[in-house]
Amino acid sequence: MSQQVRVIRGREWARPVRPVRREVLEAVPGLDEGRPPLLFVPGFGHGAWAFAEHWLGHAVERGFSGYALSLRGQSGSGPAPEATLGAYAHDVVQVAAGLPRRAVLVGHGAGALVVAHALARYPARAAVLVAPVFGGWATAVTALRRNPLGTLPALVGGRLRCSRAQLFGPELPRDEARRHLSRLGRPARRAQWQLLFGREPEPAVGDPPVLVLGSPEDRIVPRSALTRAARRYASAPLLFPGMGHDLMLDAGWREPIDAILDWLEKEPSAG
Amino acid sequence: MTTSTDHGWPDPASSALDLNRDGRSVSDRGETVCVIGAGPSGLTAIKNLTEHGFGVDCYERETGVGGVWNWRHDRSPVYASTHLISSRPLTQFPDFPMPDDWPDYPHHSQLLSYLERYADHFDLRRHVWFGTEVVRVEPADGDRWDVTTRSTGGYGPERTSRYAAVVVANGHNWSPKLPNHEGLAEFRGEVMHASSYQDPAQLRGRRVLVVGAGNTGCDIAAEAAQQAAHCWHSTRRGYWYAPKYLLGRPADQLNDLLLALRLPRRLRQWLFHRLLRVSVGDLTRFGLPQPDHRMLETHPIVNSQLVYYLGHGRVTPVPDAVRFHPDSVELADGRKVDPELVVFATGYLPRFEFLDPKILGDDGGAGRPALWLNAFVPNHPTLAVAGLVQPDSGIFPLSHWQSVLFARLLRLRETRPSKAAAFAATVTARAGERYAGPVKESSRHWFEVGHADYLRALQRALHDLEAK
Repeated sequence: MSQQVRVIRGREWARPVRPVRREVLEAVPGLDEGRPPLLFVPGFGHGAWAFAEHWLGHAVERGFSGYALSLRGQSGSGPAPEATLGAYAHDVVQVAAGLPRRAVLVGHGAGALVVAHALARYPARAAVLVAPVFGGWATAVTALRRNPLGTLPALVGGRLRCSRAQLFGPELPRDEARRHLSRLGRPARRAQWQLLFGREPEPAVGDPPVLVLGSPEDRIVPRSALTRAARRYASAPLLFPGMGHDLMLDAGWREPIDAILDWLEKEPSAG
Repeated sequence: MTTSTDHGWPDPASSALDLNRDGRSVSDRGETVCVIGAGPSGLTAIKNLTEHGFGVDCYERETGVGGVWNWRHDRSPVYASTHLISSRPLTQFPDFPMPDDWPDYPHHSQLLSYLERYADHFDLRRHVWFGTEVVRVEPADGDRWDVTTRSTGGYGPERTSRYAAVVVANGHNWSPKLPNHEGLAEFRGEVMHASSYQDPAQLRGRRVLVVGAGNTGCDIAAEAAQQAAHCWHSTRRGYWYAPKYLLGRPADQLNDLLLALRLPRRLRQWLFHRLLRVSVGDLTRFGLPQPDHRMLETHPIVNSQLVYYLGHGRVTPVPDAVRFHPDSVELADGRKVDPELVVFATGYLPRFEFLDPKILGDDGGAGRPALWLNAFVPNHPTLAVAGLVQPDSGIFPLSHWQSVLFARLLRLRETRPSKAAAFAATVTARAGERYAGPVKESSRHWFEVGHADYLRALQRALHDLEAK
């Protein structure tokens, strides 16, 4: 995070990202209490549905309006086989800028990396990184060790398959896990590649407070990676033992979202 | 929205009352920064100053945000068909993009809705005193400023508040620059400045002379070509008319692609000349003068339609108007034309009538301040001008970074005064610096900048400021 502010983005100006139909699921409380809206950004393979399952509804119950986005090429959003991480970040910023107030960006998995890129282009009220996958070789090695058959094809441009044991803890009923796994899509090849070799995110604009949370039993993001991600933003990760990578779908989904909302209510500059 | 009628002025009991040099009472606003104007540059100044933790009072003479882009404002120069001349990615605020499904060159009404959304998204309106104009800005002790305001139109009493800093963002496209032609007063036809041109109906069926080949002049000439009985377009010299699209993309994006590929200016100029030559051809065959400069040397004129209507014979190019007779206009080549309506698209001049010209380093009163980065004032470290640039892109990104730099500078004045002092020395040493290639001189071209050159200089200043 020692990098400097970037003023000139000639390539981005010269070759703007093309618009694609974006799926945004929203849940808005009946009474607007002036709380910042939450924008949920799913990781690779997931779509807005992953948040619509539990977290959106719960946020509304607690008086926060929630929006869940499907990145281009995923779930209900328009097809984009050539999408890059930059295009994903563009989608996040577009949706965030379209919200009535400065938004809190909540990114899960590789979506947290997308959020980190978006933070350099949008002064979010706050950011929450849930089980962040910041990429690099370590991510690939961990995934290879845990799930060699599912990961190997992805390294040569094929499809990344995640297993049940990677995503969920043992407490999630088997058929529910199967239902979620069947909904997983595939991310764009270039974005997948950039996850491993892409550029570091630039420093966030507007100095937003950042919360990092995850599970020590996460089989995709090792605890050391969580600590590293949190250190980028000068904080320590909040841990939820016993859960898998998909904190928003796993059996104990209520605790992490409550922790996020509690944090937002307490954080002076985020609330 | 705050209006002039429900002004919650700073309570005198809570803010210390002081007297200024003339003995008038001044309410001290502490560390608050004053922003003059709630147009695009003013809005981004409010946003970036509040983001850096400053309190902001913004004074806006109109009742809404958007400045010149708000067609409801009496000083707004937009006409019904105004579209951007720089494309979306080069116009939007860097941290608040326009919707990506908008056209490449949005309409002015879209731009207003964009600015209103910007104000709402970042909750800026609560800082703005609408319907309030600034009468005077005077330096006070300790690099502070006394800002005197009153209700727009001069009603009500004047009030003076003392601020830690001032950002002047009063715009430069509202004070018409009118030519001073011989015999203009005796001319019997109608004469108007482009600022009062709103709708093509004003041209319908009439013989129209459009004076000026800026972007507005060319737009009006192209509209006159469709509506008027006849249109003469008077230009002082030859220009390059850049089309809005070149090689399948917005022309400014093509320029930035070449910039990103680090093509030197000369090569880009050569390329653009070639491209125009092969696509549009030689404009002198329509009777236009040969351009006396190279492309990218003056503010670009972006108009795809003018050449098209020249080709249809709907626009007759004529040289400069020299003299007006009661029923005709004499041109530089001795010809006479007999328009019923003359539209002067002769541009605007920046004006800072609330500031002593000496403060901005404009000693001769020529309306030409000496600033660094077109924003920072020598010997007045807590004063900045935002948006006083005429770039070959949109102004918003430049204003954005100007106000970011100013906000960080104000912070450093508290945390690391030595850095701020070094910055002030740079401002004094480099005031008047230019950020474009060789530029044709005129009363307006002095604040023309190349957006890449300018932003690079600004980025360097920002990095120097942040350096350990």
